[in-house]
Amino acid sequence: MPDSRLTGRPKMPQRSVAERIRDFNEVPVGLPEWAAVDEARRCLQCKKPGCMKGCPVEIDIPGFIGLLAQGKFDAAVAKIKEKNSLPAICGRVCPQEEQCENVCVLGKKGQPIAVGYLERFLADYERDKGIGAPEIPTSNGRKVGIIGSGPSGLTCAGDLAKIGYRVTIFEALHAAGGVLVYGIPEFRLPKAIVAQEVNFVKSLGVDLEVSTVIGKTLTLEDLKDDGYEAFFIGSGAGLPHFMNLPGENLNGIYSANEFLTRSNLMKAFRFPQYDTPIKIGRKVAVIGGGNVAMDSARTALRLGAEEVCLIYRRTKKEMPARIEEAERAEEEGINCMILTNPVRFIGNDNKWLRGVECIQMELGEPDESGRRRPVPVPGSEFVIPVDTLVVAIGQGPNPLLLETLPDLQLNRRGYIVIDEETGATSIPGVFAGGDIVTGAATVISAMGAGKKAARSIDHYLLRK
Amino acid sequence: MILFEQEEIIVAKILRKEILTPQIKLMVVHAPRVAHKAKAGQFVILRINEEGERIPLTIADFDPREGTITIIFQEVGKSTMQLGEREEGDDIQDFVGPLGKEIEEKKFGHVVCVGGGVGIAPVYPKARALKMLGNRVTSIIGSRTADLLFWEDMMGSVSDVLYVTTDDGTYGEKGFVTSVVERVLKSEGADLVIAVGPIMMMKMVSLLTKKFNVPTMVSLNPIMVDGTGMCGCCRVTVDHQCKFTCVDGPVFDGHLVDYDELLARQRNYLDEEKRATETWLMKKAEEEVRHAG
Repeated sequence: MPDSRLTGRPKMPQRSVAERIRDFNEVPVGLPEWAAVDEARRCLQCKKPGCMKGCPVEIDIPGFIGLLAQGKFDAAVAKIKEKNSLPAICGRVCPQEEQCENVCVLGKKGQPIAVGYLERFLADYERDKGIGAPEIPTSNGRKVGIIGSGPSGLTCAGDLAKIGYRVTIFEALHAAGGVLVYGIPEFRLPKAIVAQEVNFVKSLGVDLEVSTVIGKTLTLEDLKDDGYEAFFIGSGAGLPHFMNLPGENLNGIYSANEFLTRSNLMKAFRFPQYDTPIKIGRKVAVIGGGNVAMDSARTALRLGAEEVCLIYRRTKKEMPARIEEAERAEEEGINCMILTNPVRFIGNDNKWLRGVECIQMELGEPDESGRRRPVPVPGSEFVIPVDTLVVAIGQGPNPLLLETLPDLQLNRRGYIVIDEETGATSIPGVFAGGDIVTGAATVISAMGAGKKAARSIDHYLLRK
Repeated sequence: MILFEQEEIIVAKILRKEILTPQIKLMVVHAPRVAHKAKAGQFVILRINEEGERIPLTIADFDPREGTITIIFQEVGKSTMQLGEREEGDDIQDFVGPLGKEIEEKKFGHVVCVGGGVGIAPVYPKARALKMLGNRVTSIIGSRTADLLFWEDMMGSVSDVLYVTTDDGTYGEKGFVTSVVERVLKSEGADLVIAVGPIMMMKMVSLLTKKFNVPTMVSLNPIMVDGTGMCGCCRVTVDHQCKFTCVDGPVFDGHLVDYDELLARQRNYLDEEKRATETWLMKKAEEEVRHAG
């Protein structure tokens, strides 16, 4: 094998720190055409490609890369879209390093193919050119309801529409996209891209009803009465966890969901042009070590905080955030306080946050997750002065819809129990996937679940 | 079925507008799906336009047959002033609900309904629902001054007895609603008190009813964003536990709410609200000058 194939993976060009921390525009700018084609040519076109097995939505990865290497961009895009309706999103937020790229043969001795960069290149190419209207199949007239317009719902809806079902997505918020619009910031996933991908799904004939809370505005029973024959629940894990520490309701303390929703969905970063405000003091602390914590910290920085620190109870090695994102956060000057855990929040007389008391931790024996359990070091308490604090320690299942479905089997943690093979729940005709089944996970695994459920819904309705 | 007439359901149109007091306005909004499901105690969230906030408002009245929801709001900042400028026939961009939990509707016996200021509006559907179930309803409504009082007739129509107070004595009895509550509890007692109004009023009523050992429900209206339990902005301490007003409430046991915390949280964005209002009024004034010129 020539050595040039082993290395030569391109670096993603990105905007300089000084420039990017002043605005909310996207940080990585995408590969130029020559670099994308060069990289595609590096692909070995394996007979038994490992990368495809690493992809939750089964994209024909060597297929699209082969077409890209030949300069057949349109055909390459079409190849991706056979399996994935949302490539511009996946190319940006998928953890490729844990999936397709992790099993790339080239990665064993050298550098894996930059599959994510290539996917993004093609999606952006298509977008610049203008996305053509897809062929709309003849409707079979059968109605399917999708609850939630996040990645799993959009994927399930798109796949069902492609085979002729009359699909309606019901979204509780006023904009479609779920976590893609309220959670992931503009600088990581521009909202114009989400809107475009949503429009693509709509162009397949999918109806979208926003501001409709299933369980409140309408129930599944109402929808059944109206002729809906099957449902997919992809309502997400939208219930923020708090730490249950003294002082947690002080002004200045946000859940990551609230902080990011205000900034992303409600566009508080453009206050007062937009009406929703957000408070940013001089010093901001974010508790947590996942992607949401990174997003919150980097958002705080862009909103004008002078100093932002992350408080994480384990070490960098255990951080669940993508390495790429953690690195970017660090580059931007976000200070990471590892082996640190908050014990209480300190406020002033008017109940405004002034500081967080933390305790030093050390790593003990491995816990059930296999990671070494952090244990507090007695007597090591200290106070970090902060004006704003974001709690980004994860979330649980939102009970709003689930409460109205007493027959729906939930697990001990309150998530929906499904048949792993089909996505079927304990209620016939009701399928589920995404974070409401798995707990907070990735965009792509949610899409994979939506895809699987679409196939099962088709089987179910054909037999019915 | 009315719930599924496309297009019409998407747009919430203002069918009727009424100016109740200089700062308090009523709007009857066409929202059949919400009206079909609404129960006393629930609320809606609306957004005026693309730049708008999500504004939570307790449902003041609902008519499933007409497909309408009545909202009543006080103009306190940019968003509510902007809403107040909307006229009959205008659309409201987003109108979602009914959200939150309804009140328990059963026969309690003697129920005292207390409404203060704009809180008279949310107390009305609760009084009506309980009156229809055969409860004896005593209502006590109050405002700062006569000009700010509204819906005396509406409250009268769902109450066995109605008392009215104004802080300055310009109408009804001079003083606060709490003194009437105390008198009623002393003279005839009650099986349930429902209080809706300013936080201080609900706190005072709850302290009083605690003394008399009368179960008390209050309806809270904290700052919210999504209104579906997703963000935790509306968290409130009830019985030393953290609750989300939007999904666990908005009605809570008045004796267990931490009102001081609620009051502090309500002040979270005072500076920003002031700035938004001033910026907006300035812009409007400039536009008027330009038009005049």
